[in-house]
Order: sequence, then C-alpha cells, then structure tokens
Amino acid sequence: MSVRMILICLACLIGAPAWPQGFAGLGEQADGFAVPARGRALDFPTDHGAHPEYRIEWWYVTANLRGADGRDYGIQWTLFRSALAPVATDGWDSPQIWMGHAAITTPEAHFVAERFARDGVGQAGAIADPYQVWIDDWAMAGADVSDVALRARGDEFSYDLRLSADGPLVAHGDAGYSVKSASGQASYYYSQPFYEVAGTLNLPDGPVAVRGQAWLDREWSSQPLDPGQRGWDWVSLHFDDDARMMGFQLRQEDGDAYTSGTWISPDGGAAPMADGSVILTPLAETTVAGREVPIKWRVEVPARGVDVEITALNPNAWMDTLFAYWEGPVRITGTHNGTGYLEMTGY
Amino acid sequence: MMRAVFQALIGHWRRHLVQLISLLAGLALATALWTGVQAINAQARQSYDQAAGLVQQNQFDRLLATDGGTVDQARYIALRRAGWLVSPVVSEQVETPDGPIRVLGIDPVTAPMAAQPAQIQRDDFDLSAFFARGGVVFAAPDVAERAAARFPDLRVIEDAQVPPNTVLMDVGVAQGALNFGARLSYLIVLPDQPAGLLPLSDLAPDLRLRAGEQGTDIARLTDSFHLNLTAFGLLSFAVGLFIVHSSIGLAFEQRRTTFRTLRAIGVPLRTLFAVLVAEVLVLALIAGAVGVVLGYGIAATLLPDVAATLRGLYGASVGGVLALPPIWWLGGIAIAVLGTLVAAAQSLWRLARLPILAAAKPRAWGHAGPRAWVMPVGAAVGLAVVGAVALRVLPGIAGGFVLLGTGMIAAAILLPVVLAIALHLISGRARAPMAHWFWADTRQQLPGLSLALMALMLALAVNVGVGTMVSSFRQTFTGWLDQRLASELYITAPSAEAAEDLRAWMAARDDIDAALPIWSVEGMLNGAPGQVFGVADHATYRDNWPMLALAPDGWDRLAAGQGVLINEQIYRRDDLDLGELVSLPDGTQMSVLGVYSDYGNPLGQVMIGIDALTARFPNVERLRYALRVEGEQAATIRAAMLRDLEWPEDAVNNQAVVKRVSLQIFERTFQVTAALNILTLGVAAVAMFMSLLTLSSMRLPQVAPVWAVGTTRRDLARLEVLRSAILALFTMVYALPVGLGLAWGLLAVVNVAAFGWKLPMFLFPADWAWLAIWAVLAGVAAAAWPAWRMSRISPSDLLKVFANER
Repeated sequence: MSVRMILICLACLIGAPAWPQGFAGLGEQADGFAVPARGRALDFPTDHGAHPEYRIEWWYVTANLRGADGRDYGIQWTLFRSALAPVATDGWDSPQIWMGHAAITTPEAHFVAERFARDGVGQAGAIADPYQVWIDDWAMAGADVSDVALRARGDEFSYDLRLSADGPLVAHGDAGYSVKSASGQASYYYSQPFYEVAGTLNLPDGPVAVRGQAWLDREWSSQPLDPGQRGWDWVSLHFDDDARMMGFQLRQEDGDAYTSGTWISPDGGAAPMADGSVILTPLAETTVAGREVPIKWRVEVPARGVDVEITALNPNAWMDTLFAYWEGPVRITGTHNGTGYLEMTGY
Repeated sequence: MMRAVFQALIGHWRRHLVQLISLLAGLALATALWTGVQAINAQARQSYDQAAGLVQQNQFDRLLATDGGTVDQARYIALRRAGWLVSPVVSEQVETPDGPIRVLGIDPVTAPMAAQPAQIQRDDFDLSAFFARGGVVFAAPDVAERAAARFPDLRVIEDAQVPPNTVLMDVGVAQGALNFGARLSYLIVLPDQPAGLLPLSDLAPDLRLRAGEQGTDIARLTDSFHLNLTAFGLLSFAVGLFIVHSSIGLAFEQRRTTFRTLRAIGVPLRTLFAVLVAEVLVLALIAGAVGVVLGYGIAATLLPDVAATLRGLYGASVGGVLALPPIWWLGGIAIAVLGTLVAAAQSLWRLARLPILAAAKPRAWGHAGPRAWVMPVGAAVGLAVVGAVALRVLPGIAGGFVLLGTGMIAAAILLPVVLAIALHLISGRARAPMAHWFWADTRQQLPGLSLALMALMLALAVNVGVGTMVSSFRQTFTGWLDQRLASELYITAPSAEAAEDLRAWMAARDDIDAALPIWSVEGMLNGAPGQVFGVADHATYRDNWPMLALAPDGWDRLAAGQGVLINEQIYRRDDLDLGELVSLPDGTQMSVLGVYSDYGNPLGQVMIGIDALTARFPNVERLRYALRVEGEQAATIRAAMLRDLEWPEDAVNNQAVVKRVSLQIFERTFQVTAALNILTLGVAAVAMFMSLLTLSSMRLPQVAPVWAVGTTRRDLARLEVLRSAILALFTMVYALPVGLGLAWGLLAVVNVAAFGWKLPMFLFPADWAWLAIWAVLAGVAAAAWPAWRMSRISPSDLLKVFANER
C-alpha cells in the first residue's frame, strides 16, 4: 500500500468505496470533527474557502465545451481537502492533505492528472476572498467566485479557461444542508451551475479554442455514509431550455438507492427533490479498466416531466487516479436535450 | 480390521520411539530448512535494496543551492507553483557523544515512491503523528538510543527498515529539530515532469541540477546472489528429501515381518496399503507443521526483522516488512507432505509386490559386489547425459538448474560405489586381522548406510557449494566497493566556483596525500552508450583496480594518453582484445591497454588518462574528487572542509563509513546462510544416526564372533564410532569436488545464463577444513548412542547369537 493510499485512507475509510462527488470522505467516523447542522445558513464569501474543522471538502468543476473545430469536449478540475485532525496550522505540522484531479475528455481520448500537497506551507490551499483555490500550478482564482480563471496541467495536456457566472449560487437540500441517507448523514452542499466558459485546451495535437458551460460543486462534511451504501451515481445536466438539474443516488447493498436532487430554473430558483423524485436507471454498460460501468442512463423526474437518456461522450472516461472512478461529459436526448456530466463511483 | 492392522503397525513405533522421534525430527528439520530459506531469501532481497539505497542514494536528480548552502523553502513552493514536481529534503549529519548520526527529513506526500522509506508505506502508519511537532521519528536500530538522547522532544521508534545510522522524520520535524528555519537541504526532482514548464534556469537561477546516478549496479549484482540463494533453497530441500526417504525406507524395511504376518493372516493388500499411506500422511502433517513453525523460528531468530511478520498470517499486506503470507505456511506443509509421499513411493511400491511367503527378514546388509554397481553407474551416466542435454536445449537459467540437479543426484548415486571401491582397496592392504575385519565389516555395512551417507554427502556438497558461492560473492562485492571506494573521502563540489574554492582549500593543507579527479563524460563507445572516465596516474588505481588483462606498461601508457582501459562489458560485447581500437564519444579511436571487471554495470565504460580526458573533452565537469588521506584523519578533514567551505553535509562522503555499513548489511545475510548450512548438516547427522541405530540392532551376528575371540565391548563400541567418523570423512572428501562443481555451476553457468557475466570463483580451503571437522563430529555424534548401547549389551545377548540359529 502506498503512502498516498494511506493519506487518503485516513480521510476516507477505504472499506466503503462510496465517494460522493468523487471522494470517500463521508464514509468516516466524525470523531472530533465538526458535523453539519440543519439550519446553519451558508455564509459567503467565507464558505468559498476551506473548512478545516470538517474532515473532507471539495471544489469540483466540470465543464461541457464545444471546440472551434466543432467537436465536443469535457474538462474536470477538482481540489480535495482531507483532514487528519480538525485543525489547520501555519507550517508543515498542519494535519491537512490536499489532492487535485484534472482531466480533459474528447470523444476519443481521456487525459488525467493528479497532484498531492501538504497544507500549511503554501503548496495548496483555498482562500475565500479574493477567491483563490490552488494546488501547485493548478488554480481556480479571481477577484470573486463569479469570475475566475481555471488552469491545470498534466503530462500530455493543459487548459486555461475563463469562467463567468451569469446566475446565482444555488444551495442544495435544505438551504445547503444536503441529506445523504435515510438515517440522516449529511453535508453542506452548494453549486454555481451558471458559468459561461471560454478558453483554450492544449492537447497533444495542438491547442483548441473552446466555449461552453461549467458547473462548480462545493461540498464539505465529516459524517459517515450509511454502512450499507456501496457507491454513488451523480449527474449535473444543462438543458437547452436553460433549466438545470443535479441528481444523485447512493446505491445500497440491498439494491435499493437513496436519491436526491435539485431542480434549478433558468433564473436560479432552486427546488429540492426528495428521495424517490429522481429515477436513475442504467441502460447500457461497458467494460472500462476491467469493470462493468453503466455509460448510458435513463433519467426521470416525473414531477418535472423529464424523461431523458444520457450517453457518455467517451465511455472510457475513467479517472485512473489513486482512487479510481468514472467521470465524463454526457449528451442528453429525450423530453429535454442538452449536455451534462456524469460521475460514478463504487463500480 | 482396519483398526487391528493399524494397531499392529503402530506397535512398531511404540517399540521404536527413538526411531519415530528421529523420523519426525528429520522431516521437521527438512521442512524447517525449506521454509527458513524461503524467509531468508525474502529478507536477503531487502538487505540488498538497503545496501543499494545507501551506496547509491542519488538515484534522483537533485536541485542544490549553487552557493553550496541550503535552499529557501519559498523557492520550493515557487517551483511547485510553477508546475515543477519537486520534493523537499532536509539532510544533515548531527554530532552525538557516540559519533555522528544522519537526520533525513522528507515529505511523504510529494516524494517519489522509490525515495520513500518502507515504514511510512505501511497501512498502519499514522501520518498525523509523523507530521506533528514532537512527532514520531524512525531510527535505525544502531542509532535509536543516541537519537532518543539527542532529540528528547521526539518520539523515537526503532525500525530496522531505516538505513543504518539514520533517523528518518518529516521534513518539518527535521527543520525544527535541526534549527533549520524555513530552509531545505535540497529538492528531489521527480523523473516525469509535465510538458511546457518554464526552464529551471529561469525559475531558480540560484539552484543547480545534479543528475541522479543509475542505481543498477548493486541491483544486478544482488539479483545474481538472490538467484543463487534460491538454488540453495532447492538443494536444501533435496537433502531433506533424501533423509525422509531413508527414514521411511528403514521403517518399512524393519516391518517387513509384520507386513508378511498381516498379509498371511488375511489382511488384504489394499487395506494394508491404505493404512500405511494414512500413516505416512499423518507423520508428514505433524512433522510438516512442526517444521514450518520451526522454520519461522529459525527465520525469526536469525533475522530480528522478521519478528513482526506474523501479521502476514492475517492477510494484511505489509509494505516493506518481510511478510510470510499464508501460502508460505501452507506451502511448507504441502512440501513436507509431497516430499514424504515421493520419498515413501519406493517403499510402498515394494510393499505392493511383497511376496507373502518370502523370507521377511530385514536386510541388514546386501552384497556389495561389482554387479551391484552397474545400476548406479548407469543411472549416474544417464543423469549426466540428461543434464548436459538440458543445458543445451532449455533456455537460460532452467538448463543450468537442471544440470545442477542431475549432477548432484548423479554424484549422490555414485557415492556408495566410490566408497565401496575405496574400502575394498584399503581392506586389501590391511595386515592386522582386526584392521582387516574392521574394513571388511565397514564395507558390509555400506548398503545399509548408503542413503544416510548420500544425504550427508549432499549436505556437505551444498555446504561447500553455497559456502563458496557466498564467499565468492562477498569477495566480489567487497572488491567492488574497494574498486569504487578506494579513497578515503569522496567530494562533489556544488558548483564550478565551489570546486575552485575546494582546489585552493586543498592546496593549502598538508594532510591530503592526493586529490584524484573523478571526471567523466557520457557518450557513444563503439556505437553504444557508455561513460569515459579520466584517471590520474596514482597508486590508488595501480594497486586497487581489478584488472582482468593488462598490457605491459599499461598504466604508464594510460597516463601518457596512449590508450584506454575498458570494462569487461565492452570487452565481451564487442569481443575486443588488447591492442585493438575502441571509438570514443569525440569520434576518435584509441587502443585497448587493459580490461577491468565492473560487476553489475550495464553500460560500457572506458578509462583514459586525466590529461587526455581534459584535452579531448575540455568542457568536462570538474566537480568530483577522491581524496587520499590518512585513514584516521578522514573524519576530521571532512568536518573541516564542510565548515570552511560551508558546504552541505552530503557534498563529502566518508567512504569508510559507507563501506562499513554496506558490508554490515551483507554480513547479516551471510551469517544467516552460514547458520542454515550448519542446520543442513544437522539434518544429515540425524539421518546417519537413524541408519546406524537401525543397523546396530541387526548387527549382533557380525559383532558377536569378534567379541567371542576376545575384543571387549568397549573396544567394539570405539570401533563403531571410529567407523562412523571415517565414513563421514570419506564422504566429505568425496563431497568437496561435488560442492565445488556446484559452486562453479552457480557462478559460471546459472549466473551467466541469467545475467551475462561470470562471478569469479574464489576457494576457501580453511572453510573446508572446518567443514570436515563438522562432518566428522556429525559422524561421531550419530554413532555415539548406538555405540554406547553396544558397550552395554549384555554378554548373554551376544552369546545367544551362537545358541540360536538365526
């Protein structure tokens, strides 16, 4: 077992391969760490920064892009914070570890990079104001979260994008208190789903100018997932009528699932969708990295008249990182059309 | 009926408790040997990695301060934020009252895996305790106490995985413990960097890149040793098999009467067979289990590091710690069972063909005449042919191993024949009647003892072979160290300016005997990548360099720039000879003056005179020196140099320390091997003991007449011991060439097949003398009890021989 495995294990109970939005932090005991509480209002800009008293936290950007060459692309930029103890100090003894994931997905290829960093020495961090979230030379930074530059680089790729929000932040669940299981485990969770994107992807074949839409997820928690929860399917969908939705299901050992979601109207109004309101049904599987992964889903929200199929742009969007999972752009067809992102863990 | 049969057969063991214990002990010891060797093998591999890491710790590229000082931590962060994958290191020698220890601070989050000590890769490692101020640090056992005294604020944990003389800690903890502030000793540059980064020279003009060294030399050398140890494991087990074979054979032989009686009163062959197989299996399982535990005990006793490995039983994968997984334990028992069945096969087969009414008397001796020699000689010749064919037909190592295996078995089969001939010759010369009887009687006993003697012979041969192999390896390794580390101090100046300072500093001192440049360029040698080293004209090279061939006046002509020395690799690869031309990276050619051995180096290497090097390659980096100083002065001069020039501690290596520590690590493995060798002998002694014990009870008819004509029982007993000792000595004499053949096969056949170069074979006659003493002692020990019993045998029993018609 590598040291990195340990780093992450400390934060995220490897026994439960369930990583909501890509990380297993919710699968840990909460001893000594702060626990999300219903009714605590989100506080901006402070909450854009790090919450070291919570065990696990992430800044998660996904974007659906169209190149000047007419092709579809997807990018991912993620910074994870993982706490060994519920404090942060200035210096090497700060018990916090940072991990970055970046990816570009094209219809044929999927490029992945990851980074690790210590806290307390400036190699990585998250500052609310002026907004600055970084690990090494990867950064998401701007005067304000509504207008940021996003950069990352791997062995074979890099990207440099500008993200400008034309809508408000959206709080999920009960004003940002997002319940993850029937027994009440929860996290704080908000998004910025209204980013317009422009910039450049640098691929092995050369640079590509791109435009599109991006979605930022912010989530932090300390609480264990329910012991019976095996994995996680999550979607963020941009519909052509400017409505958006987030939906996820936590798959249980018994074959059942706990579902949740948020319907986001074009003006930014958010309506939480309770357990059972979103129905995710796998339609087709493919073998990626030796595992059977569903890369085509039926997504139904009967209350909103949504019945769509989402299909992976590239079925091989496997994040071959220390903790591997599937994350990639999807196309939407059916009652609504559009693009979105799909994440699947625990397969 | 099954039960009755079982009881009848078990009765034998009740009456022969010592034989039962010996059988179990023999089998258990053989299994223990096998499992022990497996554990040692794994451990040995680890020791080499440690040694390799210690001698060649500069595997990765490093960024050092150009001025030779420390690196600002802000510079580290700036490089990371510019995209460069670098990792911080604090490395410093600290003084303690009992000598210096090395503090190594690393960042486990960014360090490349290969630069990470094994202990922080364990799954139970508490990273937050490692990060914390006053946190956990790991110290090599040799310095743990000193480290705890030197750093009372830290929690020092003794850990055999840490390189000797080192305390390992987090980079932040090291900064605190050493009052380093926000400074670092150097940065490791990871091998794979993202594309499109700004060059280091722009980002960090105050840092210089020092290229990593290829860490292949020791690794390849030790791979070879590891392979040879594997062969040792196989051979040990083969010895064990012989012993089991002989024990079971004896037990079957002695019960022929019982078998016949049981068959005569109507027990079906199938029932008898099943009961015997069950008996063999039960014995094997018991002895196997005991043996595996014993093997673990051996490994744990010989290697303290193995102590923590019981964890392996629970299926936890323990990175860096020698784990003995369940397969190890099951494998040991399975080997015992399989080996026992194979060994029992012949006896069972004989049982199946046992004529019910044939004389069922145990055969205490056979007739050892030339007719009986046809079979073994034929078999030996056949095996030799198989081995020779295998060597030609099978690829690589497999052929070598088959040759060794068949060779050993053939030698074992021939042993009784050779001994019989020798005894025949000797007894023909004996004049005194007692001596004549002694030799003739010894010859008579030979068939009954032959299996035990074969086991002893194999044990001795393995001993000689493996001992020779290990010692030759040690000699080669020591030579390898000496060759590279002949000088007392090795210096790498941090920069060209620093090298200027160094030269001035050295010129001003009178306690430096010589400063030998170690300057080299890389390039194509005869069309393949290689290195060109410049050597000064100095006795260090003339006296120490391991030359395979040298032209007359070779060193003088080298100094005069009239030729080059080449390493064995180029010599073999390009089939060069003295006087032929080799092409250098600058496109010119020079003639070969000599060939030197360069174990493990995968590349070609050429040495030319230092003046020739600077003339041909004027831009060669002139940073490294080897210093010849008085041995005791080395530490003082090193300290003075670091202080006066304000250099980081790793700029100057005291090679006496490096050499000592490297050898210590290897010594541990060698000692373990020696201990196992003794154990193999012990197993063989058990086999001999069993054979003698069995024979002694059957030999009354031979002994009684000698007693009757006036020889005392005490003298007879002495003769028994003497006989055993002489047979052991004869066996040793026979085993010596067999063992040397085995060593030759390991070093010159298996090694060449596996790695393409020979390890030289060195002979150690003193070891053989010791081994001969051990062999005689084993023979005496094996005969002691049977002889004692003979000295106490009641005269009436001896008289009965004449009263009863046997």
